[in-house]
Amino acid sequence: MNRILKTTVIAAAVMSVAGVAQARDQINIVGSSTVYPFASFVTEEFGATTNYPTPVIESTGSGGGLRLFCNGVGDDTPDITNASRRMKVSEFERCEENGVTDITEAKIGSDGIVMGQSTDNDSADFTLEQIFMAVAAQVPVDGELVDNPYTNWSEIDSSLPDREISIYGPPSTSGTRDAFEELVMETVSEEMDVYGGEGYMTVRDDGPYIDAGENDNLIVQRLSEDTEAFGIFGYSFLVENTDTIQGASIGGVEPEAEAISSGDYPVARSLWFYVKNQHADAVPPMYEYVDMFMEEQMISDSGYLADIGLIPLPEAERAEWRESVADRTSMTVDVLK
Amino acid sequence: MSDSFDQISQQLKRRHRKSARLKWLSMGALGLAGLFLLWFFTDMLIKGLPAFQQAYVETEISYSEEASTDARQAIDSDLIPIVSRTEIRSIPRLLRNEPDLIGSSETLWLLANSQVDQYLKGQRNKLSDEEIATVDRLVESGQVTQKFNSTFFTQGDSKTAESAGILSAVVGTIMTMIVTLAIAFPIGVMTAIYLEEFAPDNRFTQLIEININNLAAIPSILFGLLGLAIFINFFGVPRSSPLVGGMTLALMTLPVIIISTRTALRSVPESIRHAAFGLGCSRWQVVKDHVLPLAMPGIMTGSIIGLAQAMGETAPLIIVGMVAFIPDVGASFTEAATVMPAQVFTWASEPEKAFVEKTAGGILLLLTILISLNASAVILRKKFERRW
Repeated sequence: MNRILKTTVIAAAVMSVAGVAQARDQINIVGSSTVYPFASFVTEEFGATTNYPTPVIESTGSGGGLRLFCNGVGDDTPDITNASRRMKVSEFERCEENGVTDITEAKIGSDGIVMGQSTDNDSADFTLEQIFMAVAAQVPVDGELVDNPYTNWSEIDSSLPDREISIYGPPSTSGTRDAFEELVMETVSEEMDVYGGEGYMTVRDDGPYIDAGENDNLIVQRLSEDTEAFGIFGYSFLVENTDTIQGASIGGVEPEAEAISSGDYPVARSLWFYVKNQHADAVPPMYEYVDMFMEEQMISDSGYLADIGLIPLPEAERAEWRESVADRTSMTVDVLK
Repeated sequence: MSDSFDQISQQLKRRHRKSARLKWLSMGALGLAGLFLLWFFTDMLIKGLPAFQQAYVETEISYSEEASTDARQAIDSDLIPIVSRTEIRSIPRLLRNEPDLIGSSETLWLLANSQVDQYLKGQRNKLSDEEIATVDRLVESGQVTQKFNSTFFTQGDSKTAESAGILSAVVGTIMTMIVTLAIAFPIGVMTAIYLEEFAPDNRFTQLIEININNLAAIPSILFGLLGLAIFINFFGVPRSSPLVGGMTLALMTLPVIIISTRTALRSVPESIRHAAFGLGCSRWQVVKDHVLPLAMPGIMTGSIIGLAQAMGETAPLIIVGMVAFIPDVGASFTEAATVMPAQVFTWASEPEKAFVEKTAGGILLLLTILISLNASAVILRKKFERRW
């Protein structure tokens, strides 16, 4: 019986530890799953090169991160949140209401989403509208919304290859899918009267669009086996697999770092993080981490983050943001409008 | 009924054919399962074994004044693109913390970066022709070579493929399992003792029994949601910690332990209890001194199997935040940690090619541990099992 007694005591001791508050020389970071690989690279670097512990970083999605961030000021709220889109005015206002009034904004680079296919095929070029026609659940035919009738690319436009439409893409829980819906589907459908000027973001579920799971590596692997198909995934997976996969150009623009960074490639978004300046005194290493993130060796063209797939900002813009962060510029609602 | 003998012998033939068919079918099923298993293991071994070898570079590190600001000054400029950055990046901090070292130098085998490693393993890499020439030269002189990858076992996760190790996940797994066992074992065993030895057999206990059996069949992700709602949101247990992970997995392991303990208790013959009662033992004494010790091997076997099941579980842990990036090896039950299957999951979604072998290596290690756990359960059972 001693054993049982002992284990019960250990369990009780373990439970009581849970109540003890954590010391705060450890930075708390939340936010976007797209920024996560880059931010966790910097946190690792920060842990290895300073005497501070490695910051805790959790991937909650951009919206989830900003919600936690704007919950207020204090030990149980995060110090920094990452986002793969800019903060919304409504989110800024919620922050203000909850007393988070001093925020510094930082832009760190861009990320692109590519339509990839096997290198066995001829290169392909799509317009955003053609992609929309291939993936939307309902599309306009002769001015009326009908269930998507297209099963072959050449039916959408005779200039497109005579290939069955088959697209491996991320499931609805994925950040890449969110971005794809926003950057392709919303952009296209807002311009079409049939949808009443509102974004239409329902993806078809009758076969041609195939949910291929959260893991972009699997999509890449499928593409080298199923050479007929296209896949939707993050730019960094294209860079790592150029031997088997090529990216389709969109609107005549190839998915390349420069085109994505300049905004010429349409399926791209910028990456951000937000710093809660009111935590500076309570969390001493916070600014050291932030400054390390903005260093040239991290976010420049030859920086470490570029090696793992970040698309850097143009040099002048980088310098501008670095200075703004170094000054701890407090953001105002005007910049978001 | 003159043809009855013929009929019977025909029937017999049919029945024999039928049983032969069944035998071949079941052997085929076994063969197929074995084939899949073999395929999986071969694939894992081919992909995973290279993870236990890693390229190292013999490097002279000079702790000069310049190196305390720029780590790259500490090594020969030829080696900068070849040595892993994770090996030298902490030199400035080292020199800041221990200024006495400045002026000295030492020669160490440092990790080469993953591109060099992939090149030596014949995989695709991004080395330039010039760098390949340097590597070839260094391989010739014995300065670059593949060695046993101790980093894989002695370091935590890293975003830099060559220095990514599984230790933080192993420690996280151990801590999580300690919590799981500390909660599930006593509660499970006590519940089973009550139900089996003390509880009256009525509607209420029958209802409890049905519910426990039902719990064992519930999809594990539901336990994760329960853990999130109760432990994190209500009790405020820190997210991503081994504590919350262990508590969640304890919920999952409980029914397994209860059911196996009850079976073990039931297999202790009534005559033992009767003899003890006959000597005037109280019910508690009977259980404590006679029934429980005899049932212990069965209980241990069940607990080990439950533990092995919990160890390979990822779904509920995703919900409580244990799929996290953990470079530091954890030391506390309340700090963020990750577990081995979650680490495999994280590596599998890294874009870099060098993580493919890490993924397979992690799977091999996890499989080895699980197989040895299950084997020890079988050995325990074989060794202490009693026939009455």
